[in-house]
Amino acid sequence: MTSLDAATELLRRTAGAPLRARVSLALLAAIALAAIAAPLLAPFGEAEMLSPESFGFPPEAGPLGTDHLGRDLLSRLLHGGRFTLFLALVTTCLAFLIGVGGGFMAALAGSLVDDVISRLNDALLSFPAIIFALLMITALGNAIPILIVTVALVEAARVYRVARALAVDIGVLDYVSVARARGEGLLWIARREVLPNAAGPLAAEFGLRFTYVILFISALSFIGLGVQPPTADWGVMVRENAKGLLYGSPAALLPAGCIALVTISINLIVDAFVDRDREARVPEMLP
Amino acid sequence: MPVAILRRIGLGAATLFVVATLVFTATELIPGDAAFAILGQSADAAALAAMRERLGLDQPALVRYAAWLGRTLSGDLGTSFGTGTAVAPLIAERLWNTLRLAAFAALLGMPAAFLLGVAAAMRAGSVLDRTIGGGALTVVSFPDFFVGLALVFLFAVQLNLFPAISLVRPGQGVDGFLWATFLPALTLALTIAPHLIRMTRAAIIGGLASGYVEMSILKGLPRARIIWRHVLPNVLGPLISISALILAYFVAGVVVVETVFAYPGIGRLMVDAVATKDTPLIQACALVLSAVYVLINMSADLLATVTNPRLRGRP
Repeated sequence: MTSLDAATELLRRTAGAPLRARVSLALLAAIALAAIAAPLLAPFGEAEMLSPESFGFPPEAGPLGTDHLGRDLLSRLLHGGRFTLFLALVTTCLAFLIGVGGGFMAALAGSLVDDVISRLNDALLSFPAIIFALLMITALGNAIPILIVTVALVEAARVYRVARALAVDIGVLDYVSVARARGEGLLWIARREVLPNAAGPLAAEFGLRFTYVILFISALSFIGLGVQPPTADWGVMVRENAKGLLYGSPAALLPAGCIALVTISINLIVDAFVDRDREARVPEMLP
Repeated sequence: MPVAILRRIGLGAATLFVVATLVFTATELIPGDAAFAILGQSADAAALAAMRERLGLDQPALVRYAAWLGRTLSGDLGTSFGTGTAVAPLIAERLWNTLRLAAFAALLGMPAAFLLGVAAAMRAGSVLDRTIGGGALTVVSFPDFFVGLALVFLFAVQLNLFPAISLVRPGQGVDGFLWATFLPALTLALTIAPHLIRMTRAAIIGGLASGYVEMSILKGLPRARIIWRHVLPNVLGPLISISALILAYFVAGVVVVETVFAYPGIGRLMVDAVATKDTPLIQACALVLSAVYVLINMSADLLATVTNPRLRGRP
């Protein structure tokens, strides 16, 4: 399939997708644009103090008022979206690089490589991801690059299983045998034969992984062990404004709601493009 | 069958060994050791060296690892750097709190989720089915701390029905405990309910495609009877093992939810321990939480083996 064909197919599917998927797509595009243009859109900087009053509405502040330190909440939401989404994107890409690379190699390079990588992967999956993350943070600290690698490793273990299963199925097809017979190298086969044919399911997996990455990183930030203040990050913002809830300020719910908006949208889009839970058919004559 | 069960238990033990190794390695990498933690920042080099020798810290890492593993297996979890008290009783108290909370959450969420799943499957494709499915998707897309905080805002701040901070006092009584922990339990229940709803629905719809269902339709049985008497008993085995598996979500859930409600459970203990770099406490919490997780997964697999005769011969 050429990229033009792919683009036409994508447009056709988008036009035929259910309304909720199209609304989600538009919403996600708007959020992404707002995140990219945050420095232009935000009336104030991410650490700029407006007033000494917590959760107040000084005249110069945006429509959402100020946060627990008197910074403009709308500006921080915009800057936070930029940071959170970018961090999640980098992490998900790294997870896919490791997971898909490992999965394809395991499926194509013979049973010894497969056994070694798969057992390592099983070990990583056999205990809770959050414990693994907390141990990594304990050992290496919570600088942003370490957070990225930690969460990418956790998610790569899940991506690996999907990628390996896809590559095992594709690896036995005739065109791969022909390529092997032609003497093509493993990397060439993985890149030119397997990857294009696994692209659809992997794209869906990418969307879902992206949501897990956002939820995972913001959970770490929320418990105080991930991204650190004063960085504007949606998870951090929930944590720092949580006390305000007790005084009746819903400031903490806004960044959390933004996270939910992104994850729901991606779920609905993925649902519309792939038949995620292909289930047995209910007999039509069921009374 | 006994061979398969023994194998699975062996695998669980091997997993715990890997976890223990990882825990030890991770805590080895923390800057500053036990001698430093005991003597404080002002200690001179000679005192530190003497303390290290007394604690056995001058031994090679492998020797210390073996000694640590031996002590841990015999139930000696060491002394907390922060409080200077033994770790084991603290862990026991916190674990008991967490297990109570998790049991409450399971009782709150599982029967309801199961019934909703059955209801969705009975009218697959209907408005009811789509409402339940959409609701489940929405809830599962919210971060669990959002669900917790939203419940606090609604039930604790606006309606003033339940406390925002879950205090556990001695002599609290069952009703006092249930009242204090209602919001965290509901939060935890909401994190697992969507998964259980989806699984129940999928299992029943899968069962509906079987030959015996066609037979009972042709016999003229009503839909409710087909599902409750014919399909459900057949999918109950896998459903029970899936439910057990879903309980493993609690291990991750309690870490966040206990932080939201300042609940004195083992999840929050671990977060505090990591924040203060309290090595013995981190080791113990990580081991206990992982052990619970491994145990739940193992029980789920064993339940699947016991309830499905076809899996029994499998190596």
